[in-house]
Amino acid sequence: MRYLPLTDGDRRAMLAVIGARSVDELFKDVPASARLAAKVGGLPDHQGELEVERAFQAYAAKNLSPSTAPFFIGAGAYRHHVPSTVDYMIQRGEFLTSYTPYQPEITQGTLQYLFEFQTQVSLLTGMEVANASMYDGSTGASEAVLMANRITRRHKALISGGLHPHYRRVIETAARWEGFNAACAKPDAEGLEDLIAQVDKETSCVVVQNPSFFGHVRDFAKLAAACHAAGALLIVVVTEVISLGLIKPPGDMGADIVVCEGQSIGNGLGFGGPYVGLFATRDKYVRQMPGRLVGETVDADGKRGFVLTLSTREQHIRREKATSNICTNAGLCALAFTVHLTLLGEAGFTRLAALNHAKACELADRVSSLPGVKLLNDSFFNEFTLRLPKPAAAVVEAMANRRILAGVPVSRLIPDDPTVDNLLLLAATETATEHGMAALIAGLKEVL
Amino acid sequence: MASVKYSQEHEWISVEGDVGTIGITPYAQEQLGDVVFVDVPKAGRKVAKGEACAVVESVKAASDIYAPASGEVIEANAALADAPGDVNAEPMGKGWFFKLKLSDKSELDGLMDQAAYEAFVKSLG
Amino acid sequence: MVQSLDRSQGRIGGGAADTTAGPAPATFTGNRALQIEESLIFEMGQPGRCGVDLPEPPKVKDRLNGLRRSGDIGLPGLSEPQVVQHYTRLSQKNYAIDMGVYPLGSCTMKHNPRINEKVARLAGIGDLHPLQPVSTVQGALELIDRLAHWLKTLTGMPAVAMSPAAGAHGEMCGMMAIAAALEARGERAQRKVVLAPESAHGTNPATAAALGFTVKPIPANDRGRVDLGALKAALGSDVAAIMLTNPNTCGLFESEIVEISQAVHEAGAFFYCDGANFNAIVGKVRPGDLGVDCMHINLHKTFSTPHGGGGPGAGPVVLSAALAPYAPYPWIVKDGETWRIAEEGTKADSQPLGRLKAFHGQMGMFTRALAYIMSHGADGLKQVAEDAVLSANYVMASLKDVMSPAFEGPCMHEALFDDGFLKDTGVSTLDFAKAMIDEGYHPMTMYFPLVVHGAMLIEPTESQAKEDLDLFIAALRSLAERASSGTAAEAFKAAPRFAPRRRLDETLAARKPVLRWRPSNNPPEGDPMKQAAD
Repeated sequence: MRYLPLTDGDRRAMLAVIGARSVDELFKDVPASARLAAKVGGLPDHQGELEVERAFQAYAAKNLSPSTAPFFIGAGAYRHHVPSTVDYMIQRGEFLTSYTPYQPEITQGTLQYLFEFQTQVSLLTGMEVANASMYDGSTGASEAVLMANRITRRHKALISGGLHPHYRRVIETAARWEGFNAACAKPDAEGLEDLIAQVDKETSCVVVQNPSFFGHVRDFAKLAAACHAAGALLIVVVTEVISLGLIKPPGDMGADIVVCEGQSIGNGLGFGGPYVGLFATRDKYVRQMPGRLVGETVDADGKRGFVLTLSTREQHIRREKATSNICTNAGLCALAFTVHLTLLGEAGFTRLAALNHAKACELADRVSSLPGVKLLNDSFFNEFTLRLPKPAAAVVEAMANRRILAGVPVSRLIPDDPTVDNLLLLAATETATEHGMAALIAGLKEVL
Repeated sequence: MASVKYSQEHEWISVEGDVGTIGITPYAQEQLGDVVFVDVPKAGRKVAKGEACAVVESVKAASDIYAPASGEVIEANAALADAPGDVNAEPMGKGWFFKLKLSDKSELDGLMDQAAYEAFVKSLG
Repeated sequence: MVQSLDRSQGRIGGGAADTTAGPAPATFTGNRALQIEESLIFEMGQPGRCGVDLPEPPKVKDRLNGLRRSGDIGLPGLSEPQVVQHYTRLSQKNYAIDMGVYPLGSCTMKHNPRINEKVARLAGIGDLHPLQPVSTVQGALELIDRLAHWLKTLTGMPAVAMSPAAGAHGEMCGMMAIAAALEARGERAQRKVVLAPESAHGTNPATAAALGFTVKPIPANDRGRVDLGALKAALGSDVAAIMLTNPNTCGLFESEIVEISQAVHEAGAFFYCDGANFNAIVGKVRPGDLGVDCMHINLHKTFSTPHGGGGPGAGPVVLSAALAPYAPYPWIVKDGETWRIAEEGTKADSQPLGRLKAFHGQMGMFTRALAYIMSHGADGLKQVAEDAVLSANYVMASLKDVMSPAFEGPCMHEALFDDGFLKDTGVSTLDFAKAMIDEGYHPMTMYFPLVVHGAMLIEPTESQAKEDLDLFIAALRSLAERASSGTAAEAFKAAPRFAPRRRLDETLAARKPVLRWRPSNNPPEGDPMKQAAD
């Protein structure tokens, strides 16, 4: 078998050195009741590359690829063009097949790109310090709430109705089993929510999203002030990180912790994962921050180098007293993010953001001129909410039958609330085409 | 004259009147390696004997510090924030962690004196 | 208070200046042939440079609620060639599986096949949006279900939660399911204790504590395995679960595991199994037959998805019938001939514990793992476990006369040594590991598990040719012999000498954390252009 270098001759020679007659002797501690007579039954045998590739092509053929259809889906994951360079760099074996940089002398490649990544995340979010990434935005948001609970020694988190429903549910799950309270506001489709009155001396944090799940762009400076006056922290979530190329960053609004989903940069849609969580905070909270951190230092020759640092917060040292149980970061996804962002630079990143906004403005105008369709947003970045004259789920399904991927019905993510049944989320990125928009409009005209 | 007692967790307490100054022993700092950070309790906090009330971090380890006696924290060593290495350099001197106003001096009776502590350290091998 | 740590870890001056060899000749650039001193992107960028070509955006009236970003972000501009050169040069400073033996115990650094990368990137797989209508992603759902079927069959378990993003996340899932099951029984408040061996990976107690459990240690016997008598004594009506790794972190199979699981179940508790070491038994032993209630599987360990410099991982959790009802959203369901996703709002007969992550799970890792599994098949996976165990025992048998195995063999897929053989040599486990770097190897896992002094945990995996193992063994023998000579301590403490960096000052990094570049940071030492200008 192509991945197994040992030959039968090798195995015999090795057994001789060990002093065992067969490899099964080495499994002697396995209880007899659990010893299988042969390989595990009910599963096929090994296959060559050709057969494996064909099997996956067969899976792929049963799916509608966004590259072959007009595409307007967002809701927390966004379709952007990733330059070819990114994929080639991340597949270099020294990056792809390396491990966590626990031996810094021979992992300076990883450590340096993570240091650069941490800097980029700090700059984008307007915050003082960032970690070397989390699994994704949703788990990052949950960890941010736990961090706020630790810092304030309070147990009540206030969750905006503009937060992505999946993120809300992840926080609620943590609340339920890890023992704190998550008070969730009702879905804020109109963007009119005001949480200031609900912040009190029991509140550990308020979690908002900008742009919100429904697309609204808000200024949280007043909310930040209200939180700080009450001794609470403001956590701002950003699910479309490209928006930071055009919109005032949460750090400038007074956020204490910023969590982003970084997928839009460097990482394709991938049917939902793996993605990359960005996590940034103030210097004074750095010891309470979960996840890995890379820091600068010098080596024995006085040369600048990088190491994992402040590790004593983490599980392998603090064990039951750790800031989190997290062991991995998003590694290669963070590399893809930083390579792409480095290619973009200041000029490219801001231009990309402007392109996104322009496409969305155009789409919003065209689609809201359809009869019976109302645009709920005064503000948005590249995604907005429409109220349709009929339930959105059926509309989206009908459009899919026409091979048009016409956004996400809000009811898919908020299934238990009839007031959102007619709401449709539509996104337009720099990948949206004139042809695609025309097809969308024509299709909606038929279906609505 | 201050009297110094030691706990099995390698803390020392130097008592003068009602006030005990607490730190870790030379053996402890050597085990830890270079100290990088000390998390000291705030003045005003009341602690019980045996309660974890501070954390000392080195590069590769973090250890809880347990109050060798009950009392109220009256002062924490602010200099450690900029110079955690004081704990390594002078663990019994400028590397002190915090001072307690003791509530029950009889608790000190259960602690070791210098000779007993040195014998204890020897027994750890 | 503090476990066996080398005192020179992070100690300033621990990486002593090179006194044992003359200084290497200096170069103008500071480079050494293929080893290039690399600046930070912030030190390389120029305004006016960009690595992408994007069209000019049409002028639109902003709809940003007056919140347009003002001022520069501060990102450097680099052209595409510079970007390629920067990351290529960085990559050359990394050791990787692709270079050779990577003996990190408990990490399973096996070969990462490139067919995995190819199929993960296929159009219609790699570019799907998770929220596309389910009718447009039937192939994706079938793929996930196929992997789930393999994982359930290989482990002999009836259910699997696919969504956790990493092993530790899977532990959280499994322990939450246990908490949910206890709550359903009305026993959550009563059962607050979780038992775990002192040799457990740090994620185990961290996870349990996060869920409000108190962690109590289970002692090991002198054979390095769980002391069954002590465990039985500790099992009471206050125990929620035990968390065990099997084979354990000392590389040993828990021979009394069936008795352990029986005792645990009789006490009304659950058995969480940490599946990090599944590579030792995959295709040969089914954890379900051993009595586990849930086990997370590290797809990035046993099933070859790439470690990527630290992530991403994936940690699906197989579940017993008792825990299956509490699996989190979402999961895949087959209705007749069509697939759908069970998510919030769909009617479920079960009581999901909630949701652990947005969307459906680490699809990119599912695809890669399934490609690997299909490539090996049931016959190949059995061979994987056998070769992994054979290789580790070969290493142990070949080194036991010059190094000190912590326990009597045989071991499973990893060989554990302690620092007994270094006693009185002046060489620590850390020094020994750093000397391995100069020999061209990534060191083995050091100082884990904590129960052994100066632990060295070697996991060769099934991916190494015998000749490569023989060279590795010979190199370690040479190092062990040099250390035992008693006169080599200085040379060991100066290692590594040939790596891109010598030992780094971790104390400085922790005392004065510099966690990002700032414009005020000084340029790097030895910047040739700066020196030329001065």
